[in-house]
Amino acid sequence: MSSKTFKALEPYLLVTPQTIVFLLFLVFPILMIAIVSFWQFNGYAMIPAFTLDNYLSIFTSKVSLQTYLNTFKYVILVWFFCLAIAFPVSYFLAFYIQNQTLQIILFLICTVPFWTSNIIRMISWIPLLGKEGLVNQLLLGLHVVNQPVEWFLYSDFAVVLGMVHLYNFFMIAPIFNSLMRIDRTLITAAQDMGASGWQVLKEVILPLAAPGIAIGSIFVVTLVMGEFVTVRLMGGGQSASIGKLIQTQIGSLQYPLAAANAVILLIVTLILVIGILRIVNIRKEL
Amino acid sequence: MNKRPLSFYILAAFFGLFVLFLYGPMITIFMLSLQGPQGTLTFPMRGFSFYWLGQVFQEQRVGNFVEAFQRSLLLGVSVMLLSVIVSVMAGLAFRDRFKGSNVIFYLTISSLIVPSVLISLGIGIAFQVLKIDTNWFSSGLGSHLTWTVPFAFLIMIGVFNRFNPSYEEAARDLGASNVKTFWEIVFPLILASLIGVGLLTFTLSYDEFTRTSLVSGQRNTLPLEIFGMTTNVTSPALYALGTLTTLFSFAMIAIGFFSFQFFSKRQQQ
Repeated sequence: MSSKTFKALEPYLLVTPQTIVFLLFLVFPILMIAIVSFWQFNGYAMIPAFTLDNYLSIFTSKVSLQTYLNTFKYVILVWFFCLAIAFPVSYFLAFYIQNQTLQIILFLICTVPFWTSNIIRMISWIPLLGKEGLVNQLLLGLHVVNQPVEWFLYSDFAVVLGMVHLYNFFMIAPIFNSLMRIDRTLITAAQDMGASGWQVLKEVILPLAAPGIAIGSIFVVTLVMGEFVTVRLMGGGQSASIGKLIQTQIGSLQYPLAAANAVILLIVTLILVIGILRIVNIRKEL
Repeated sequence: MNKRPLSFYILAAFFGLFVLFLYGPMITIFMLSLQGPQGTLTFPMRGFSFYWLGQVFQEQRVGNFVEAFQRSLLLGVSVMLLSVIVSVMAGLAFRDRFKGSNVIFYLTISSLIVPSVLISLGIGIAFQVLKIDTNWFSSGLGSHLTWTVPFAFLIMIGVFNRFNPSYEEAARDLGASNVKTFWEIVFPLILASLIGVGLLTFTLSYDEFTRTSLVSGQRNTLPLEIFGMTTNVTSPALYALGTLTTLFSFAMIAIGFFSFQFFSKRQQQ
């Protein structure tokens, strides 16, 4: 082999291991899900077949429609609160903290919990929000309420709180990144031309931060769409999500039905992601 | 110093509340795991001792978590090594645009944003159809890689973007082979970043739950073991275990951060 052809082949050889990882553990499994979603289930095992029954039963069931609506409710609420927290926090770090070391330290403080166990982070809410938890003790002590508030835990409120707690990192990191890239002279220029602080935020900073917001939104939306652990640990009996539904179906070995649900989930998620990309062009950020 | 505007104080207060929101729950379980033997799952604290931290290692309290910890440790190290190796190779390739690089790039990103339950279900079904038993070191390892490799890859692309290629060119001009150039020039220069990436992928794997949940096979990793305990352990031993594994994660992050600083300082000299 001449050195020229080797040079041309080199990048392909170098990306081969990583590509194999994704072909084996991402592409192939998802293809299998798509295939199995047309199979039959005889009560204890799956049988190769071609049937649309799994899809039909999902589209005709009221439960799955309600589950999707409930999942969308979580997506919208978690997305909103993550953004409402992440933007001011990153804005504060990027524009109000001048000392670079302090800036890095404060940013690390915001991100470190992300690298610890999700399960532990959820369990940690129990002594705070439980019936005999700290918040209820406080409210009772101040005579704000006469009985312990029950909906702090094992409710939709707790599910949204738990997810905002777990996933705000995915919003903060990209927004902070795009705010840090804004050329500071643009802001000075706008101020020199008489723009108020509010106008600078709206006309200069927000448009330039849009790609970061879009990337964060994609992460949060896709994470919440497939979520089942938080719904299981923090949610009450009625808290339903499509992820939890799939997990329950797997628990009863109904793989074809779970697979059909997963295919629909994937399509819905893709539509949401494409929708976000339509609104904001993120290419510059990558 | 200029007088700070009102907005500074408002935003600073908001930031403070956010940090409290992030760490408050964690601090409460740290405190509750330091109760005396009469401790329960709620406040007020009953006494102060290291009793419950010791109880974690008593099998009758929390089941056998030491073996689960060993499995998670071994799995984390394997995931770390594999992630670093494949992402460094891919990162080297991505310094130049090549035909199909976009496809590979989007494939990698999609692994990050595909709903986790799909990975777990998909690998589970694939193993079942192929009639292979799922195990933490086979299917579990694969599901972890779908989560850690994209992070490692994105960081490596950033690292190589800032990498000055003239060192390499100099080495090649002096007649060094590609392999030799990598090990003697490139590798020492990116070592600091590799340690950082390695420890990040390790903690990601060590704490991973959703993608592993259906494919770990007969034996649980530590997060799965802890998830099981949430339903049947009703003593502060649960919090104590949470405290210990969180401190372990913190230690890994701190080691990663400081060795990164140490090696990047040495590099500049």
